[in-house]
Amino acid sequence: MIAAIVQGVLVGGTYALVACGLSLAFGVMRLVNIAHGDLAVCGAYLALMAAAGFGAPPVLALVLVLPLAFGVGALLQLTLFERALRGGELAPVLVTFGLSVVIQNLLVTGASANPRSLDGGAFALAGFEVGGLTLSWLRTAGFATAVVVLGSLHLLLARTGFGRRVRATADDPEAARLSGVRVRPVFACVAGISVATAALAGMFLGLMSTFDPYSGGLILIFAFEAVVIGGLGSLWGTLAGGIVLGVTQQLVALWDVRFAVLAVHVLFFGVLVVRPVRA
Amino acid sequence: MLEVRRLSADHGQLRAVHELSLSLEAGRAHAVIGANGAGKSTLLRAIAGLHPPSSGSVLLDGEDITREPPELRVTRGICLVPEGRRLFASLTVEENLLVGRHRAAKGPWEPGRVYELFPWLRERRRQPASQLSGGEQQAVAIGRALVANPRVLLLDELSLGLAPKIVRQLYELLPRLLETGMAVLLVEQDVSQAMRVASRVQCLLEGRTTLEGRPRDFTPAQIEAAYFGLRTEKE
Repeated sequence: MIAAIVQGVLVGGTYALVACGLSLAFGVMRLVNIAHGDLAVCGAYLALMAAAGFGAPPVLALVLVLPLAFGVGALLQLTLFERALRGGELAPVLVTFGLSVVIQNLLVTGASANPRSLDGGAFALAGFEVGGLTLSWLRTAGFATAVVVLGSLHLLLARTGFGRRVRATADDPEAARLSGVRVRPVFACVAGISVATAALAGMFLGLMSTFDPYSGGLILIFAFEAVVIGGLGSLWGTLAGGIVLGVTQQLVALWDVRFAVLAVHVLFFGVLVVRPVRA
Repeated sequence: MLEVRRLSADHGQLRAVHELSLSLEAGRAHAVIGANGAGKSTLLRAIAGLHPPSSGSVLLDGEDITREPPELRVTRGICLVPEGRRLFASLTVEENLLVGRHRAAKGPWEPGRVYELFPWLRERRRQPASQLSGGEQQAVAIGRALVANPRVLLLDELSLGLAPKIVRQLYELLPRLLETGMAVLLVEQDVSQAMRVASRVQCLLEGRTTLEGRPRDFTPAQIEAAYFGLRTEKE
C-alpha cells in the first residue's frame, strides 16, 4: 500500500513534467496544444535516434534533444501557432490537432508502429532501499527532475525580468507592447520551453515503459488531467495534480490493473463536476 | 516634435479618423476633445502604433514612424497610457513599473521618482495591481509610462470612471511633467480639465476636426457647438 503510494508520487512527477509545458502554453498564449503529447513522444524517438546513431546514453542524448526541442517549439510558435492564435478560439485546437496527426503519421512512416523503449542501462533497472521500500533510481530521478524543472520554471517566472515580461504579456499582450515588450520573442521562448519540457518528459516516459507513434494521445490526456486537477496557472498545483494522478493509478492497480487508467479518468470527471474550470 | 499628417484610420468599413493633422511641441500639452465615438482613442492608438492607419503619416522629429510597431515606438520615446488603465493585473505595483522600465530611455524617471510623485504607492508596491482602486490604478498606469522616460506622453481618457477630486489631482501633475520638456497629447471627454492644462485644443466630431486653437480663444458656446456638432451662430 505505502509502496504503491510512493510509486504513485514518483510517477506523478513525470506526469507533472509533461503537464507543465501544456499549462505554460495555455497560461501565456492561450494555446491549447493538442500535439503536446506527440511532441513528448518525438522527444523519446529523438533520444532513441541519438542512442542508435551516436551510441549516446539517454543522459547525453538530453544535451542534443533539449536545445533541438526548444528550437522546434520556438519555430512552431513563429510559423504555425502564431497564425492559428489570430484565427479565433477554435483555430489553435484544430491546427494543433492536425499537427498531432502529422507527427503520428511521420513517426509511423519513419520508425514503424512497433513499440519501442529507451535503454537506460543498469541505472534504469537498479533500485535502492529506504525504510523497507525498494525504489527505482530511474523513477526517483524522474521525480527529482520534475521538481527541479518546475521549481526552476517557477523561479524564472516569479523572479526574473524575463518572467515578469512573460506574466505581463499573459495578462495583456497589447499593454505589454505599449511598455516596450517584444511579444513575439517572448511567445517563441515560452513555446520553446514548453516543447523542451515535453521532450524531457517523453524521454523519461520512454525509459520507464514502451512507446509507439500513437502514445501521444494518452500522454496528452494525462497532462490535461494533471493541469485541471491541480488548477490552471499554478506550477505547484500541476505537480500536485500529477501526483494525485500517479497515486490514484497505482492504488487502483493494486486492486485491479485493468481499471488503473480508467480510475484516473473517472477522478478527472469527478473534479470537473465539483470544481468546473473557469475560462 | 510629433507630427501627424492627414491621418486616416478605419474600423472595418467605418472611417474613425478622417485626414487628421496635428503637431505637438516639447513642453506643451495638446488636448483632443470630443464625444464618445469621435475617433479620439483611435487617433491615439494609431500614434502609439496599435492601430494601423489606412493613410497619412506619423512623424517623430521629422522621421516617418507610421509603420513601426508600438514596442519600437516606446524606445523612441512615445508612450501611451491606454484607456481603462490596462495594468498587468496579476503583477504587483512594483512589477508593473519594472515592466514599463525595461526599454527605458535615459532620463529622470525611475520607480523611485514615481513613488515620490505618489507617496502612498511606495507602501503598496508589493500589492497586486488588481487590488487598487480605479484612481490608484490610473496613477500606476501613468507611472508605468513615465518610467520609460517618454518624450511624448499620450494620455487616453485619464478621467474615465474616476471621482472628480481624483481627476483634479491627476491633472495637477501635468504641469510638472511639461516643465521637464515632455510633450503631452491628451484625449478627453471631460472638457474642463483638458482645457485648463492644454496650450492647444482640438475638437473632433466623427473623425474630423471641428475646431482648433488656443483654449482661451474660444467661448464655451463655441466649444459646445464643435463638440456636439451644432451649427455656430455666426450670422
